Amino acid sequence: MHELSIMEGALAMALEQAQQAGASRLHVIRLRIGALSGVVPEALQFAFEALSSGTIAEGGQLAIEPVPARFWCEPCRREFQADDLLSACPDCGTPSRDLRAGRELELASLEIE
Amino acid sequence: MCKDCGCGLPGEQPVGYSAHNHDHPHDHEHDHDHDHDHDHGEHHAHEHSHDPDPAHGHGHPHAHTHSHPHAHGDLVHDHPHTHVHSHPTAAGAGGTEGRRSLEVHRALLEKNDRQAERNRGFFRAHGLLVLNVVSSPGSGKTTLLEKTLRAIQPALRAAVIVGDLATDNDARRLRESGAPVVQITTGTVCHLDAEMVARALRELPLDGLQLLVIENVGNLVCPASYDLGEDLRVVLLSVTEGEDKPLKYPPMFQAADVVIVSKIDLAAACDWNREALLANLRRVSPKAQVLELSSKTGQGMAAWQELLAAKHRELTRRPSLPI
Repeated sequence: MHELSIMEGALAMALEQAQQAGASRLHVIRLRIGALSGVVPEALQFAFEALSSGTIAEGGQLAIEPVPARFWCEPCRREFQADDLLSACPDCGTPSRDLRAGRELELASLEIE
Repeated sequence: MCKDCGCGLPGEQPVGYSAHNHDHPHDHEHDHDHDHDHDHGEHHAHEHSHDPDPAHGHGHPHAHTHSHPHAHGDLVHDHPHTHVHSHPTAAGAGGTEGRRSLEVHRALLEKNDRQAERNRGFFRAHGLLVLNVVSSPGSGKTTLLEKTLRAIQPALRAAVIVGDLATDNDARRLRESGAPVVQITTGTVCHLDAEMVARALRELPLDGLQLLVIENVGNLVCPASYDLGEDLRVVLLSVTEGEDKPLKYPPMFQAADVVIVSKIDLAAACDWNREALLANLRRVSPKAQVLELSSKTGQGMAAWQELLAAKHRELTRRPSLPI
């Protein structure tokens, strides 16, 4: 629900970086969005289109790389991917308290000109 | 309800933005931004540019294969390729010539996270135990806080920051407990952020206090992304809300330190299933301590107060961080 303000911050950060690099066009903004970040990628797309108009990112692409939730299972001594966002180890069933990835909200890279 | 979610778009400028814009005059963070970049050493475009050279046969196909996996990776169904290729490029440059890639790797909420850390340092210096209380609207946050403030003071002297989209009804109710209360009216913003809390702190007399309770906006989604600098994230869930709620809102419950099952006096009337809820909570939030209570009858309130007192003792036993 707060994707508009998150996208606003992401776009401001991207434009600042692009301008510092002397870009005249911002073609692609790549974000990494964790499955447990609480942010809905589709809503970011919608916000991007609304917010980018009139900037050097207008007409550009927002590429979102989803980051799956990954937990560490102590009994099994291994990391597992939790596509259902639940913390139980698929092998031994122990709930994990140790989230290793999945809360990312990151501006990864830009493609500029 | 919440224009911040984009439902107020397009056409009009979302009103909620004013709250964000207010942040800017308070920022002194640009220096930090730069530091961050340099730490990562990825700031300069040239190091990473794969400038597709038109004379170089590999330049073009390379650029394409890079963008495709991302486009298909998930959610970009909106004709990503046509988008990239069809729009005109700057005068003098044709196709993707002159394009380069710029690595950034910065957290989108870095500004909030930095402010949250500053808040945390401030709280440590004041010996305050800080709660960030979140739930759906109507789970009983304000009633629980009213009862908690009455019962726990003066053993733990408390102050409250309360966030709502509009009205100061909650603040007025809470002030009757005698505790200082600051209301943050967020307008259309669906969560509190660390900067709003920092501003509210300036209005609170904190000397001699041991407990600060931040009652977040009633919302189980957006507040999950925003660290306020709290010690404990307390998620309330009333028995009337259904046992599968943790499964529906994993980000919030995953980050919970304490889950309070409220309105337990209504459990029988709602056919509430304790085992089902506990099983669901264990799957989503294994680290959370679960308490069942009723603000109305007082059932479970003693355990809640003991938990707060114990956490405060734990906190003050630790040496405070240098400021």
